[in-house]
Amino acid sequence: MDNLKDMILKYVIEEYMEEGGDPISYDTPLISGGIVDSFSMVSLKRFLENKYKISIPDDQATPEAFDSVNKISDVVKRFVK
Amino acid sequence: MSNIESYEVRLKDFNWSISEKELGYKPGNTLNIGWYCSDRICLQGKGDKLALLWESSTGAEKKFTYHDIRRASNSIGAFLHGLGIKPEDRVCLFMDKIPELYIGLLGILKTGAIGQPLFSAFGDESLFVRLDNAQTSAIITQKKHAPKVRKILDKLPRLKHIIIVDYDGKAPLREREVPFSLEKAVPIDHFDVYPTQAESPSLLHYTSGTTGQPKGVKHVHYSLVSQYLTSKWVLDLQEDDIYWCTADPGWVTGTSYGIVGPWSMGVTQAVLDAGFSAEAWYKFIEKYRITMWYSAPTAIRSLMKAGNEVVKKYDLSSLRHLASVGEPLNPEAVIWSERIFGKAFLDTYWQTETGSIMISNYPGMKIKPGSMGKAFPGITATVLDPKTYEPYNVTGKIGLIALKPGWPSMMRTYWNNEEAYKNKFKNGWYLTGDRASIDKEGYFWFVGRDDDVINTAGHLVSPFEVESALLEHPAIAESAVVSKPDPINMEVVKAFVTLKPGFAASTDLELEIMNFIRKKLSPLAMPQEIEYVESLPKTRSGKIMRRILHAKEWGEEIGDTSALEND
Repeated sequence: MDNLKDMILKYVIEEYMEEGGDPISYDTPLISGGIVDSFSMVSLKRFLENKYKISIPDDQATPEAFDSVNKISDVVKRFVK
Repeated sequence: MSNIESYEVRLKDFNWSISEKELGYKPGNTLNIGWYCSDRICLQGKGDKLALLWESSTGAEKKFTYHDIRRASNSIGAFLHGLGIKPEDRVCLFMDKIPELYIGLLGILKTGAIGQPLFSAFGDESLFVRLDNAQTSAIITQKKHAPKVRKILDKLPRLKHIIIVDYDGKAPLREREVPFSLEKAVPIDHFDVYPTQAESPSLLHYTSGTTGQPKGVKHVHYSLVSQYLTSKWVLDLQEDDIYWCTADPGWVTGTSYGIVGPWSMGVTQAVLDAGFSAEAWYKFIEKYRITMWYSAPTAIRSLMKAGNEVVKKYDLSSLRHLASVGEPLNPEAVIWSERIFGKAFLDTYWQTETGSIMISNYPGMKIKPGSMGKAFPGITATVLDPKTYEPYNVTGKIGLIALKPGWPSMMRTYWNNEEAYKNKFKNGWYLTGDRASIDKEGYFWFVGRDDDVINTAGHLVSPFEVESALLEHPAIAESAVVSKPDPINMEVVKAFVTLKPGFAASTDLELEIMNFIRKKLSPLAMPQEIEYVESLPKTRSGKIMRRILHAKEWGEEIGDTSALEND
């Protein structure tokens, strides 16, 4: 499952961070840390849904649930069959 | 006792000279907001009082007294002088909510230059349009945002200086870049503050309209007179308050009430430079013993969504007064806040163009949940018949919210766009572009926009700007952008697109388009839904009828379709 985390981490770095930014880890706060804002979270959710062919209900795609790669990974695991 | 004491009493014999006298300003004197927000407070003997309590998303803390912000803004002013910045040059602030943003604005104003704050999440295209329009001379930014500036530098020959406030020496500076460190700068005790007058320009805030590019709203130093008194009477800021305005100074609330209002009153304010999280926000209130909290309906609804259990984990008993701005505050949010915090969020209404609160609920006044409240003393507000532009003489009718010009913080023009400015007035009224009704007791009730501009989380997004950017994507032939309802953000952006031959609709393409707009314009402008269509509804002359798409999204009557080309 580290592949899942690595995939999410790579996507966050490529899509939401500017070049030369501080390195991030699986635990880095993404939403509360200001790396991914609540609007951009919609595109991150869409990426996960497309990539893993899942549907994440809006009430489970909260800022808290998306606040780190580890937490996002937990959300995805719940829906991947 | 609240500062306003009695709204009804304040209405009688109101004059803006009340504010002028409290500020010690006499017409004809020099008036510089940078000086009023720092030097004047120190001269009142409050130099050692805390002006700013700042915390980052990682928990790093910084504290600044009024002496500190006075000296630090002097240092920034001197640095700008050294670069050759002159009065009325435009200096852009393009940063996260770090101390340099807040103190930097005072430094810019002290030189007589015009501050141009821009939201740091703007993409390079949004940034370019605004810097190009303002012919900005310098931009103060962080190394993390510098790449966006570098991308557009070749198209901005007038942008002479890119000031990096956190340069660490790890990578070489690029063309036109210069480092500045507030921590390493020598504090300057005396600085010759430029003697701006009441009508000298102070700020340029950009706002979006239905058509055309974003417009630069020009404000002047005299706006202080409105911002000071509304901070006192509406936000009810008091000597011992710890005030938290959650708005980003890239938008007007963050400057009028996140910098100018509290600091002109000598109040201590706290700033959290972090993204939204209910836990983090409640923790911040508890830690800093916040007493006055000025936030936005989107944030309040997000807190509601996070649930009531999380509130119980924190001691929020310090909260004394709550207010909200940006979009209509729904009755449920008012009732919820009263139940959870023991205080109702008071809705306030104003715009980038008005510079300060125009219609509001006031401490001590009866609250009607869902109502905008009543006009601030000294403000003449009404609802106009959209056909005649005359005020309705009966209550309850929905019309255009209009204001009688003349208050101190009214915009003076749109930058390089006098025609658009003049179009904002009819029959001697300033047209806000919003619709409302007034009840028998004089309370205003918001209905919606009178145009196609999208209000998402309190920020205006131009459908034209998004449509134009969409057409730059290689797959898109045509586009139409409207709002769609959203339970948290009130409205979000939705795009309808037709594809060019050779491109097929897919969810991957949808995501690609979303990210394309997010990076080019901003996360706010990113369509949260893209619908592929065979064709867009157009008039016989070829104009896209957004009205029809909007009506479908909102479940409204489509209305007259006789102009449709394929009708």
